[in-house]
Amino acid sequence: MGIQVKDISKYFGKFCAVDNVSFEVAEGELVALLGPSGSGKSTILRIIAGLEIPDSGEVFITGRDVTTLTAQQRKVGFVFQHYALFKHMTVQKNIAFGLEIQKRPKKKIAEKVDELLNLVKLQGYEKHYPAQLSGGQRQRVALARTLATEPAVLLLDEPFGSLDLKVRQNLAAWLKELHVKLHITSVFVTHDQSEAIEISDKIVVINRGKVEQVGNAHGVYEYPESRFVASFIGQVNVIDAFVQGSKIVIKDTSIAMDNKGSDTPDGSEIVLLVRPEDIMLQENPGLNALPCRIKQIHYRGSFYELDIELGEILIKAIENKNSFMKDNWNEDRPVFIEFKKYKVFDIREGHGAVREQLRQLGYIE
Amino acid sequence: MKRADIVKTLLLVLVTGWFLVLIMVPVFGIMQEAIKFGLANVLSSLMTPHARHAFLLTFWITVAAVVINSIFGIILAVVLVKQNFKGKLFIEGLLDLPFAVSPVVAGFMFIILFGPQGLIGSWFEGQGIKIIYALPGMIIATLFVTLPFVAREVMPVLRESGLEQEEAAYVLGASRWQAFWRVTLPSVKWGLIYGVTLTVARAIGEFGAVIVVSGNIINRTQTVPLHIHQEFTDFNYGGAYSAALLLAVISFTLLITLQTIYRRTDRV
Repeated sequence: MGIQVKDISKYFGKFCAVDNVSFEVAEGELVALLGPSGSGKSTILRIIAGLEIPDSGEVFITGRDVTTLTAQQRKVGFVFQHYALFKHMTVQKNIAFGLEIQKRPKKKIAEKVDELLNLVKLQGYEKHYPAQLSGGQRQRVALARTLATEPAVLLLDEPFGSLDLKVRQNLAAWLKELHVKLHITSVFVTHDQSEAIEISDKIVVINRGKVEQVGNAHGVYEYPESRFVASFIGQVNVIDAFVQGSKIVIKDTSIAMDNKGSDTPDGSEIVLLVRPEDIMLQENPGLNALPCRIKQIHYRGSFYELDIELGEILIKAIENKNSFMKDNWNEDRPVFIEFKKYKVFDIREGHGAVREQLRQLGYIE
Repeated sequence: MKRADIVKTLLLVLVTGWFLVLIMVPVFGIMQEAIKFGLANVLSSLMTPHARHAFLLTFWITVAAVVINSIFGIILAVVLVKQNFKGKLFIEGLLDLPFAVSPVVAGFMFIILFGPQGLIGSWFEGQGIKIIYALPGMIIATLFVTLPFVAREVMPVLRESGLEQEEAAYVLGASRWQAFWRVTLPSVKWGLIYGVTLTVARAIGEFGAVIVVSGNIINRTQTVPLHIHQEFTDFNYGGAYSAALLLAVISFTLLITLQTIYRRTDRV
């Protein structure tokens, strides 16, 4: 076992930042802690590192109970969001820091620093100060500094959070590569779901200090276990509706479709979650095709994004470039859509609260 | 000339003029008077036992102030920046008190407290230790007036660098002590140096607080500023100018050296 977090809770005053969280990270696994800002994911990471003390619960690293150990004793690798490089030290000195603390022989340290400079592709920058480096270079120095002491686990707090999109993508891919090469048990915190999906073996979705779902990228994306997961991972349309007999009727319209795969009782208010790519456009009315109108077509390079008016509601659809014959589909044209896949959530879960949350996350207005 | 240029020129003239009138002219005046006095006379008046004693005394008081207030100032800054506790704002506000209170008033405060009849002073008197009208009182007074410098200069640097660098040191296996020496202290180096410079400048120049607590006894408790004042009131202008010149030269050298080092190193 790489890392085991058991029932940890952490309060800041009266605010519960981490609420009874448990999860496991297998040895050699690369796990993402994914959640919106303020969800407590960074606090969890800091608890694992020993930088925060949990109010209750236990932390195991490589099978050893480290709950009562200080950060100094745990010796995990930790990469900080803003790098936290030692500003007054050169790149070389930064990387050597952990080894110098361990009082390793000078020659060994020099060899290790060289090896790491090689690994992070920063040869020739030994004598530079952090202020003279770009964001991506600083992040790589931070990683090299952390890897120097050969920690059993690597923890990364929003490792690419403050970088440009392009640099971030490169670095993320490179981290994945590095992980394949070194095979070190790693946990990284991110609020960017595409980053989590792209490079992690496993995703732990965190919301309001709680674990919402644990699974691989495919599982979390395709089979969300909660409304929060469904809306946070990927884009999603949130459609108010209610159940009427064997039909689902879209709220404020008379548009109805068959109620399949939902056992919500007659008359109950529900929310439909539909991913834009699960919306199918068709020219003619069909069994479960809903009449609507294309309001706007946005060219997005590799795909088309459509604003579709369903009664009074505006929803988003994504259409594959090749299958989307733009000539046929033009704006203002009445069309029919079918939801290839959707998720029904009962309003009883607390509709207002969920909507408020989705609004905060920017998924709905 | 454009209007903006006229304004710029006027401002430049104003700043330069202000600088000349307030700083350069007095300095030049002292230099001229001392030179008029004659170089040989300057040297001999600096070599009198009174003058030598005054410079030596000022030196030791300054050393004490720098050492004690650097250590205490750093601790103060670390506590005020990195720790949260009740009354933190109160202490931070109080920190500037030595700037706000007149040094003479501060001196009287210490006489009341440490004088032979004073609350604390009477106890020391019983132990045979004299504080007021002696070196310990002068050091205490100087400590008081220079208290804020190091803390005030170190605090913003510390605040800016935040906690992360130290946390990085901890996770890399450093103890608190190692983190402090290897990470915290080097990162506040410039704040500390600047604070020390200001402390030195103030300590060698302090007059008000020191004259009250020292009793101004020639050859015993006279620092350089007190000595200059003494020479001046004794109509021994030559001696006053000579000591004043040397004091000014020391202060200027200190500030210019600091500026030079500051400019040469790339402050990363």
